[in-house]
Amino acid sequence: MQNRDRIRYLGAALAASAAGLPALARSASPLKVGFIYVGPVGVAGWSYAHDQARKAMQAHFGGKVVTQFVENVPEGPDAARVLRDLAQQGNELIYATSFGFMESVLRVARDFPKVRFEHATGYKTAANVGTYDARTYEGAYMAGVVAGGMSKTGVLGVVGSVPIPEVLRNINSFTLGAQSVNAKIKTKVVWVNKWFDPPKETEAATSLVNQGADVLFQNTDSPAVLETAEKLGKYAFGWDSDMAKFGPKAHLASAVINWTPVYVDETGKVLAGTWKPEQIWWGVRHDAIDLVSINPAVPAAIRKRVAMVKAGLKNGSFHIWQGPILGQNGATVLAAGAIGDDKFLHGIDFYVKGVEGQVPGK
Amino acid sequence: MHEYALLLASALSAGTPLALASLGLLINEKSGVVNLGAEGMMLMAAIAGFAVAVATGNQWLAFGAGAVVGSVLAAAIGVLVLWLGTNQYATGLAMSLFGAGLSAFLGMNDVGRNLAPFGHVHIPWLSDLPFFGAALFSHHLMVYATMLFAWGIHVFLHRTRAGLVLRAVGEAPESAHALGYPVRRIRLAALMVGGALCGIAGAYLSVIYTPMWVQGMTAGRGWIALALTTFATWRPARVLLGAYLFGGVTMLQFYLQGRGVQVPAQLLSMLPYLATIVVLALISRNPTWIRINMPASLGKVFRPAA
Repeated sequence: MQNRDRIRYLGAALAASAAGLPALARSASPLKVGFIYVGPVGVAGWSYAHDQARKAMQAHFGGKVVTQFVENVPEGPDAARVLRDLAQQGNELIYATSFGFMESVLRVARDFPKVRFEHATGYKTAANVGTYDARTYEGAYMAGVVAGGMSKTGVLGVVGSVPIPEVLRNINSFTLGAQSVNAKIKTKVVWVNKWFDPPKETEAATSLVNQGADVLFQNTDSPAVLETAEKLGKYAFGWDSDMAKFGPKAHLASAVINWTPVYVDETGKVLAGTWKPEQIWWGVRHDAIDLVSINPAVPAAIRKRVAMVKAGLKNGSFHIWQGPILGQNGATVLAAGAIGDDKFLHGIDFYVKGVEGQVPGK
Repeated sequence: MHEYALLLASALSAGTPLALASLGLLINEKSGVVNLGAEGMMLMAAIAGFAVAVATGNQWLAFGAGAVVGSVLAAAIGVLVLWLGTNQYATGLAMSLFGAGLSAFLGMNDVGRNLAPFGHVHIPWLSDLPFFGAALFSHHLMVYATMLFAWGIHVFLHRTRAGLVLRAVGEAPESAHALGYPVRRIRLAALMVGGALCGIAGAYLSVIYTPMWVQGMTAGRGWIALALTTFATWRPARVLLGAYLFGGVTMLQFYLQGRGVQVPAQLLSMLPYLATIVVLALISRNPTWIRINMPASLGKVFRPAA
């Protein structure tokens, strides 16, 4: 055999074995999955819920998957650094669990086309970036039903985190739920401009109670609002995870997110090789949202109403955003009979009638 | 009307940690040492106080722990600055960063841990007054203690011999040294007392104000206290005023948001800082006044001539 042919033969053999390597690698070594959290995992809240689901997903797939997480990643340039680090460590699927990671995810995804990214609560996708979200507004609505039934002053207080459409949607859904029980409900909103800041949340909650709110709701990540309600003898809700133990008397219910179905589904698709970038938005129907640990003091009629709403959301017969819905100034934002589709829901930048205050930044 | 009483009440309780830290820094600066480590001291004291409160359930032990931690850290700054002659500003800054990091590390397991809230005082007749009862007479004991501290510091500085010596050390350390006073030891003592007050402020934050630990929970209050001391021209009464003003406007901006005032929330959250600076700068704009009250040797290294 001539040298030229030997080289060609060697090259072909090498190429063939290299092509076969990934297939060999997949079946031999487990899939590495990375997670980044915006806050500390702690014992309750947004990041805690994600971490619980991570553990459940890990248990589901056993040895086929190995997970790692980084907590307390600030939304900014640091996020890009951490994502890059995870990608370089061999993670083939990375979940970025906060809205503010969006630009960092897109930037790092461009540099690592073989790594798949899932961005929670985002709206931009790419060839290797998908988004996933939970219909937290369904949990907010159900909490609102309970709040409407339990409020004696008719004034509800919401500690808002960051004024993005998701949070505005939750505040509105909470108000709509309460108004379905008591049409005269008013909601006051105070913004702390952070997702997690217990001292500020405490101050905000105190201020709301001082202004007459007797049931509090939050879109922030810590149990501080619930603890403040407990201290001041008012009611409040848990958010993102079950917070009943932080305010035994004050806790009415917790609107929780169960991320396990999404994580099992997406990771399973990567394992099977069928993953493609999607925009998932799951709610009660997919067991991603629930209202749990309802306080025994809540009357049976209200509980029944919540159960009916839950059943309706599960089988698709009930729609929270169904017209007629009025904006703050009385103008119709959703016509009678119309059902708000996902596009409408994503673009909510207003308050519904009954919510007091001005949307920040408008 | 009741809303305003509650607003006033929350101004007092929100301003207390600031007032305590500022008073501590006032003592430090009157002796001539700038203590930039207030933020770190408050954080370390906050985690120490929280841990002790969780372990023992006794809030006074928690305050004690905070005071001790603050003192120890202040003593560390003292040794570095007074005997080793390091730059006061750099050392203080280093202590702040150190305190912030170490407290976050030590408190890792305490994030989100529960602490039963401690009660407020109920004075038999005064607490039931229509407006002032809720506003002034239903606070935690530490709020009243802070006012006592301020009065006590004023009396100490201006009516006692020891206070005179302290001020002398701050104004003209060479003269004090010539008279035979142990300048560095007096400054160390002042640092430790001031550090203890900063520590109590930190413990108050994590045990009473928000009974929870989260890293960085002082959110810059140590730095605000530092600025407050300067803007209040080192007078305890003005420090109190500035602290309560800051606390009041912080709660006011939440109140305004809830009321639906048409000002962006981000601008409203700037308000406390702006208001405090403006008010104090206005009160203290007399240059003679500043010259009289500012310790002349503030920030300068003192080396006793052999």
